Amino acid sequence: MASTALEAPRGAPPGHATGEIIFRSACLAAATLLMAALAGVIVSLFIGGLPAFRQFGFGFLTSTTWNPVTEVYGAAGPIAGTLVTAFLSLAIALPLALGVSVFLVEFCPARISRPIAIAVELLAGIPSIVYGMWGLFVLAPWFAAHVQLPIAMHATPGGWVDKLFAGTPNGANIFTASLILAIMILPYMAAVFRELFMTVPPQVREAAYGLGCTPFEVIRAVVIPYVRRGMIGVVMLGLGRALGETMAVTFIIGNAHGFPHSLFDSGSTIASTVANEFAEATSDMHTSALIALGFVLFVITFVVLAIARLLLREEKH
Amino acid sequence: MDRAARRRIGNSIFVVLCGIATLIALAFLALILWTLLTRGVGGIDAKIFTMDQPPPGSPGGLRNAIVGSIIMCALGMAIALVVGILAGTWLAEYGAGTRYGAVIRFLNDVLISAPSILIGLFVYELLVAPFHGFSALAGGVALAFLATPIVVRTTEDILSLQPGALREAGMALGASRAFVIRTIIWKSARTGLLTAGLLGFARISGETAPLLFTSLGNLNNNYSQLTQPMASLPTTIFQFALSAYDDWQRLAWVGALLIAVAVLTINIVGRALARETRP
Repeated sequence: MASTALEAPRGAPPGHATGEIIFRSACLAAATLLMAALAGVIVSLFIGGLPAFRQFGFGFLTSTTWNPVTEVYGAAGPIAGTLVTAFLSLAIALPLALGVSVFLVEFCPARISRPIAIAVELLAGIPSIVYGMWGLFVLAPWFAAHVQLPIAMHATPGGWVDKLFAGTPNGANIFTASLILAIMILPYMAAVFRELFMTVPPQVREAAYGLGCTPFEVIRAVVIPYVRRGMIGVVMLGLGRALGETMAVTFIIGNAHGFPHSLFDSGSTIASTVANEFAEATSDMHTSALIALGFVLFVITFVVLAIARLLLREEKH
Repeated sequence: MDRAARRRIGNSIFVVLCGIATLIALAFLALILWTLLTRGVGGIDAKIFTMDQPPPGSPGGLRNAIVGSIIMCALGMAIALVVGILAGTWLAEYGAGTRYGAVIRFLNDVLISAPSILIGLFVYELLVAPFHGFSALAGGVALAFLATPIVVRTTEDILSLQPGALREAGMALGASRAFVIRTIIWKSARTGLLTAGLLGFARISGETAPLLFTSLGNLNNNYSQLTQPMASLPTTIFQFALSAYDDWQRLAWVGALLIAVAVLTINIVGRALARETRP
């Protein structure tokens, strides 16, 4: 695309160059506004959270006490909940998303591949509150009755199973929240994986088949190495989504402030804590602590998303 | 077993595993849609669209939430379309290949996936705290922040696909770049720009988290006051679904169904248009 500045030709009508300058500046201003928006988010969260950071110092990140009554706020519980649910959901969604995208690109007959791909992409757009309701009213009761109770009944008290899976059998816990998150990021990751696999040139693939490789070997030895950096990017994108997802988690994680002690323990994430308490926070310190939580979430997701985008961008060329 | 047989079997196992993964994914998604339909369709009647949200135990609908959602989404889209199309135009026409353009494009990509709850907190600090009150205006601005990056990205993609010959032809006649972009490029890409708007709209129409701290929600009907709290479908669903009342929960399912249908429809229309515009 030509990007040299075009000077107004001689004898052009007056106002010609002025119009160009105005339009160009308006476009540039709009683009700059995006940068200002991101800067605004980080600055406002930092300023809003400053009183809490001042009051609790580094202990804000390490303390597990979160008590609005005594005005003591420590974020270790929500931070641990955020990280555990995000990584657990990634561990569940990643193999499934890889399977779906490989199936669609390599094995599926073209006639049904396209409709399935479109369905998967559409479902990535369903609002998180819908997933949350399904999780609360369908998944949680089923999980409590068919997974949690049987495990609780058969576990030896004090044994490792009992410790790992202890918790009130109502289905609202860290593990079911991770399951819902996994279902939510799965279509999204599968769609981006599929796009990525389609960037592998057919010649490369055909060359491997020409040597007598099976489809499995072509994928393992040719396709995946070809897009490896991009795949890490997709994983990071999925992680970014899982870290910041709010409504679905708020519905089903159980919303307990403490540090989660087992997989079936109820807990909280940064996003769910903010969503639950923000509108009802009455003291300034409570509000500030919640905004400080937001700042922590911003720093975590920004790093993850930035790495994801850098890896994916390089892959496109 | 010889090597060839082992490789063949390994391959078959892999194919089957991939197929199973696809089935699992589709099964979960079908299950969710099925639940939505079975629990939501029964509750749809005229009252949903003609009556406001009720106190527990009395009949009512979702009219104020639906209207509130439409107002705030319209407000958000109005801002997002202006800013997003201009910024996308800058990236495609002026900033392509520049360092600043690369930075903006990168930041825009990060904004696309940034957690929406943080945008809500930002707008709270920006518009709610200083003016001491939740407002529909703040809700609309929060939605604008979420829709704009998507409009920017789609606009840039679509404009970059317009043939360079169009630009050259216009400029050869002595028109300025701005004139060529406005009258030729935008016109030739208008379906694509519409798509950009639709995708942004689909993104924000189901957003809940940022509205919780900006527009809050409102049991009464006050469409005319943008400086007052306003109900929206997602925040109403949140409130009703977590309530202890059966009739409120039923309304929440109806609301969830309406939102899911709306988002899917907008997405399908947007995609159909997008396919048409690719040269």
